[in-house]
Amino acid sequence: MPKKDILVLQDLLLSNAQAAAAIRAELEGRGILAVNLMSSPGAGKTSLLERIAERTAGGLKIAVIEGDIETERDAERIRAKGVPAWQITTGGACHLEAKMVGRVLPSVPPETEILFIENVGNLVCPAGYDLGERLRIVLLSAPEGDDKPKKYPQAFATAQTLVLTKADLFPHLPFDPAKAKAEALELNPKLEVFITSAVTGEGLDELVAHLRRKREEILGRA
Amino acid sequence: MHELSVIASLFDTLLAQAKAHKARAITMVKLEVGALSGVVPELLESAFEIYKKGTIAEKADLVIDRRPFEVRCRACRAVETRSDFVLACPSCGSTDLEIVHGTELVLQKIEAETE
Repeated sequence: MPKKDILVLQDLLLSNAQAAAAIRAELEGRGILAVNLMSSPGAGKTSLLERIAERTAGGLKIAVIEGDIETERDAERIRAKGVPAWQITTGGACHLEAKMVGRVLPSVPPETEILFIENVGNLVCPAGYDLGERLRIVLLSAPEGDDKPKKYPQAFATAQTLVLTKADLFPHLPFDPAKAKAEALELNPKLEVFITSAVTGEGLDELVAHLRRKREEILGRA
Repeated sequence: MHELSVIASLFDTLLAQAKAHKARAITMVKLEVGALSGVVPELLESAFEIYKKGTIAEKADLVIDRRPFEVRCRACRAVETRSDFVLACPSCGSTDLEIVHGTELVLQKIEAETE
């Protein structure tokens, strides 16, 4: 039987990359900055979004897509703050894919300025999937330990912003925020770093200002 | 841990390629997998073995070309392989580096039996 070599040279995640490109183009046209939030489970993604929702109420228009394996809980927490939210349950998948996000876009209100996509809690797999975002934020919470960036390099290497969360716990834990920051910067020297606490409110105004600035820089809109 | 989803996506491409080239069977699949691609070659191999059963690639061998994390310094032009993913030039210390290899997750080629 004749044999044939077929040269393909195609990205294995091409269908995801194409869906992500379509999302990026649509959201840019609509003036919406998409932000992909990634972290381990329990690092404080939803709490951070609740605090951001409180600080932007009546001002910046935000909306949230929640990714989880099961339950509607996180979307309910965000809706309780008066922010539109949609829950994607992956039913076991460890990350969100662009097509899942694409299906929600028709529901996102036209006045939205920032669309947060809270990924499934996992510091590994979400990093490999472009969701069409223009800003990728990785969270690292104090109880996880300051040695995590180099253990999970892809998440820190592909983000533009790092948020060290649960700063209220710093005094009680052997977590050195300077060490965590330095380690992350070795992997990604351009990373912008913020320190926050959803309990005391530390650093949240600075983070919201950063988000507004990023939207202006990236989309060229105030 | 998302290797099965990567392999599922690979099979979409394999089936389309097999059809386009009128292949009867796929006998070899070659991938390029970078050290910073987020997937583990051994798990890709396991997922491929599970997924190929009953498909046109049932008898195919999976060959994985592992690409190390390689960076080029924009300041001194040195090219270095790094095992720790640190983005600093070992020669001059500059952090202005570009990634040359290591993020690949690519279907390079297929070997097929044709009519």
